[in-house]
Amino acid sequence: MTLSQEALKRRAKRRTAETRFRSYGIIALGIAGAMLLTLFFTVFTTGISAFWRHEALIEFQLTEKRMKIDPTASYSDADYEKLARSAPYNLIVKDAMYALFPDVKKRKHKKHLGKMISYGAEIALRNAVLKGKAHVGDNFKLWVPVSDDLDTFLKGYIDASLPEKKRRVKDNEIEWVHKLQDNKLIRSSFDWGFFTRADSREPEMAGMGGAIKGSFYLLLVTFLLSVPIGVMAAIYLEEFARQNKFTDFIEININNLAAVPSIIFGLLGLAMFLNFLGFPRSAPLVGGMVLSLMTLPTVIIASRNAIAAVPPTLREAAIGLGASPMQTVLHHVLPVALPGILTGTILGLARALGETAPLIMIGMVAFIASVPDSIVDPSSALPVQIFLWVDSPERAFVAKSNAAIMVMLGFLLVMNGTAAYLRHRAEER
Amino acid sequence: MFVLAGIIVALAVASYFLAFRRAGHWGETQGLKHLPRFHGNFVVTWVLLASLIGWAVATASFIWVRKKPESLDPALIDMLLADQPFYSLALSLIFASFAFLTVWFSTKAGTAVRRWLETTQRRVMLVAAMVAVLTTVGIIASLVFEAYRFFELIPIQDFLFCTQWSPQTAIRSDQVAAAGSFCVAPLLVGTLLISFIALLVAVPLGLYSAIYLSEYASPRIRTWTKPLLEILAGIPTVVYGVFAALIVAPYLRDSGAYFGVSVSSESALAAGLVMGVMIIPFVSSLSDDAIQAVPLSLREGSLGLGSTKSETIKRVVIPAALPGIVGGVLLAASRAIGETMIVVMAAGLTANMTVNPLEAVTTFTVQIVVLLVGDQEFDSAKTLAAFALGIFLFIVTLVLNYFALKIVREFKEQYE
Repeated sequence: MTLSQEALKRRAKRRTAETRFRSYGIIALGIAGAMLLTLFFTVFTTGISAFWRHEALIEFQLTEKRMKIDPTASYSDADYEKLARSAPYNLIVKDAMYALFPDVKKRKHKKHLGKMISYGAEIALRNAVLKGKAHVGDNFKLWVPVSDDLDTFLKGYIDASLPEKKRRVKDNEIEWVHKLQDNKLIRSSFDWGFFTRADSREPEMAGMGGAIKGSFYLLLVTFLLSVPIGVMAAIYLEEFARQNKFTDFIEININNLAAVPSIIFGLLGLAMFLNFLGFPRSAPLVGGMVLSLMTLPTVIIASRNAIAAVPPTLREAAIGLGASPMQTVLHHVLPVALPGILTGTILGLARALGETAPLIMIGMVAFIASVPDSIVDPSSALPVQIFLWVDSPERAFVAKSNAAIMVMLGFLLVMNGTAAYLRHRAEER
Repeated sequence: MFVLAGIIVALAVASYFLAFRRAGHWGETQGLKHLPRFHGNFVVTWVLLASLIGWAVATASFIWVRKKPESLDPALIDMLLADQPFYSLALSLIFASFAFLTVWFSTKAGTAVRRWLETTQRRVMLVAAMVAVLTTVGIIASLVFEAYRFFELIPIQDFLFCTQWSPQTAIRSDQVAAAGSFCVAPLLVGTLLISFIALLVAVPLGLYSAIYLSEYASPRIRTWTKPLLEILAGIPTVVYGVFAALIVAPYLRDSGAYFGVSVSSESALAAGLVMGVMIIPFVSSLSDDAIQAVPLSLREGSLGLGSTKSETIKRVVIPAALPGIVGGVLLAASRAIGETMIVVMAAGLTANMTVNPLEAVTTFTVQIVVLLVGDQEFDSAKTLAAFALGIFLFIVTLVLNYFALKIVREFKEQYE
């Protein structure tokens, strides 16, 4: 077949249009992928350093005079513990720093010297004394965390070539810390305590233990509330409900709830649970209740799909052998549908784990310096902790928030991975 | 408190075994309607239900006690309020014991206990299904109630028709400076601006991704690329917020400075761009569904008449799938309007009435957060305003969702 010149041109044009159109799709996916990679990359590079912290090996002199403990007097155990608990460890830490650099005489410089060590040193020292590792009257060597400014400097985020006034670490501090480094008295160690400590105003002492435990309690409450209610609702709607206006109304409600903005659920929690019912503020109990109302539609829809996917032959066989409708559902349909229900539940919980706005509404955004012990204690949660840390002016907190993001994404990965595995296994069967 | 909870659990367990044993003594092992375990399950179901009801009744009465009614002795009120969990559990134990006794004495040998049990179970399931309705009712009730109190303080025309949003009310009555002005217009403009930018990003990216994945990509590429969009959908919004505030906003500001354009450090553009990335999966997954629902015969007809693949997609597939795609876009828009964390962290707090994407604007959700974080007294216009904004937000998203779902459903029916 011969084509005219014009037709050939037209064909070439159409073919170019074809390639162009196809490449748009690749470009769109490429942009989305690039965004995702940039996000992960920046979170990783900003956050990874927060898992380590610098510590200094300092020799503390626990003299009786400084500890305000009289060596001649005899104390009861309780009195002794009280004294050891309330001893002025901040002065002992300062003394130790002055002893390290005896040349420093000026008051201003001494102040800088005292600032180099975190107040975490006092806590570590007190714990050592209370646990009997350090003895009053002796000298005691201990690795203690340095201050957050110094830590940031040692991690290389503070430019020493800037004029002194513009940076938070002064020239003399840099000189001292180099001296300590020359004597191998500074080390960088993995900060396991970051996963167990509660939040703190001092970045080097702030941990996400409180937030992790708070999130755990939140998910526990969410799970305990949304799964039974959700599964029961799904069984009712799928197996027992008659097709009428009332059932339609329930279904419309469920579908709409699934799309209501999460902050509205927060307003509901604030007005209903806190103001009207008088539940405790900032507690995982209320947070979990709000989140379970939010995840309920997800659980119901997933459970209904799982129940509907159970082959009708199973039901017919059970009914045929004399089982009641309820027995058929509970003994035969539900066990088969369970993997599907579980998958939907895990996905719903994963969404609940990352939810922030409703928790802010019910006051879980407060600064809480202790790890919660129960579901009614004031508590933080992982996403809220990230939000709080990002807002802090200190650079160390920004790094910590990115580290917390990594931990949260890790949890999400595990949860979604489990769900994907369950789904895959159920499909293979 | 834990002792009481333990007693309730023990009562439930014990009641099961007692009823089981009694039924065994009756010799009810033959009839399928009254096996011993039905007796056990029936009594345990009621014990647990009654303890729940008791707890709910106690919680409800505490609402009343907390208002300190005059008919009650103040000392009694203090005593009750001092240990609410204990008294709530005590009441639920009383209810549970009562239920146990009632069931114990009302079931006899030969009672068709299975039918009773199953009726109870079905009703409990119905109540569970009603929770979704109750939640909706609760949302509407709390929003309407608090918003009504707000409109008693601030007339509704002042809320709707004006241009100034500055919710700082006077803390003491003798302060004259700040009267507080509540007006939705700047918030509406800000919300629409950011959502518009987000859709500008998400609609082309999501639509082209969906077209490529469903029409061009080989199954292998599809299985590898689809999780990418699922990951985008699974990332918590607070992480997007961090990304917008720490990376995108400074980047835009710096590049703006490089070209001599002043970009606010909390610009609508930064928030909108990141939000756009966030809602790509909403657009793409619903578009994907819609495109795949278009019957193959339509494509084959078009291809058979000699059009290229891209012409088929543009002239046949997309027009046929359009309702589904529009539904997806509407859902994405409702997501964008209701999204909170990205805008809280990246969009700014001051209400500017502007459509310039390089300036800071504020949205409904940001202002709800701002109004409710920190100390709050529940009768100031400032706190109540959040609920008025909430109503607005709820209605807008509800309408969008309603139409989106309706369009998608009708579209599906068309090809079924």
